[in-house]
Amino acid sequence: MHQTGSRWLRYGAGLVAVAALAGLGSGAAVAVPTPTVQIKDFMYGPAVLQVPVGTAVTWINRDEEPHTVTSTTGAFASGGLVNGETFGQRFTRPGTYQYACALHPQMRATVIVK
Amino acid sequence: MDRMDRRGFLECMAWAGTGVVWTAAGGVLSSRLVTEAAAQTEPAAFSFVQISDTHVGFKGQANPDAAVTLRQVVERVNAMPTPPAFVLHTGDQTHGQKAGAFDTVAEILKSVRTERTFYVPGEHDVFLDGGTEYLSRYGKGTVGGRGWQSFDYKGTHFIGLVNVLKYKGEGMGALGEEQLDWLGKDVGPLSASTPIVVFAHVPLWAVYPAWGWTTEDAARALAALRRFGSVTVLNGHIHQVLRKVEGSVTFHTAMSTAFPQPAPGSAPAPGPMKIPESQARGMIGLTDVTVRPVGGELAIVDSTLG
Repeated sequence: MHQTGSRWLRYGAGLVAVAALAGLGSGAAVAVPTPTVQIKDFMYGPAVLQVPVGTAVTWINRDEEPHTVTSTTGAFASGGLVNGETFGQRFTRPGTYQYACALHPQMRATVIVK
Repeated sequence: MDRMDRRGFLECMAWAGTGVVWTAAGGVLSSRLVTEAAAQTEPAAFSFVQISDTHVGFKGQANPDAAVTLRQVVERVNAMPTPPAFVLHTGDQTHGQKAGAFDTVAEILKSVRTERTFYVPGEHDVFLDGGTEYLSRYGKGTVGGRGWQSFDYKGTHFIGLVNVLKYKGEGMGALGEEQLDWLGKDVGPLSASTPIVVFAHVPLWAVYPAWGWTTEDAARALAALRRFGSVTVLNGHIHQVLRKVEGSVTFHTAMSTAFPQPAPGSAPAPGPMKIPESQARGMIGLTDVTVRPVGGELAIVDSTLG
């Protein structure tokens, strides 16, 4: 009896949790995958990425040429990323973060954090 | 075969294994097939080798290991009947400046059969730290430890320039005020008949600005060299052989020892060509230069690994 009661409590808690999540808003996913910027053909894609505060962004280099993800204000720097290497940065403050590649300065992109 | 017309050029190129020699005398390009013996008949003549863009650490479709092809290039140099007087490395030693990569390059080049090797940096040598590591290794003996330098060899004046430390927003090479001032003072006392050889990573002429294949203030350097009767500019960076003659100045870019890059504008971006290794071997290699001080003639021979 006691066990059944606990099980019920767990199920009940689960039901309550689902109900709460359902109230988040239309289309709101429970788990948001880390947005990823693809570095390919000497370009960052997307060139402008908009994310909510607290998001961790991942960059992955798909070129055989190394690239970097270097903030123009010194806020973050990936070091050299060879083919297949990734870099992650969590954005904890709102703002517009411009960055470029230290090897190929004509490669430029932005992360907008709201 | 002193003058070359288009048909003659194509016939010459068919002799692929021998190597085509381009010589500049008084600004007129001529070509003839060369054998090693030619370099040895004149006592004042000497030869040197240019290698470039060794990109050790690179692993890609065109080459599974850039260190292997670099070793093969070193073997080619060591197989020359007359060792080169010295070797010039025109930059991009490593691919990603990963830990140990600079050491690997130094280790491989230690076995080159030559008196000395001179270096100028490429952007891959300095992008992580603004040149700190590169200059700590190769700044000794350069002007103020900044990487540029000049030396004389058998009457020819060699100038190594750095055009990747003032890299501009458009990705262009740049020399900067301080180096340009030094250059003017360095060549000032020389007589106009002194043969000049300039070596630097990024091309000193506008090969393809859209890809950063140019040096924004090169015109000022070339102005300082205009009065000289024989100027040869040896560059790298673009991983293919291109040549241009402008008055008494001959420009030449070397192949990489690691992988080729596409012809200007022929691909979306200038990265490594994605071609089979066997094809890439015919597009990587080294450059051998023979200098005949009398007449200020230089014979430039590019040869591939495959």
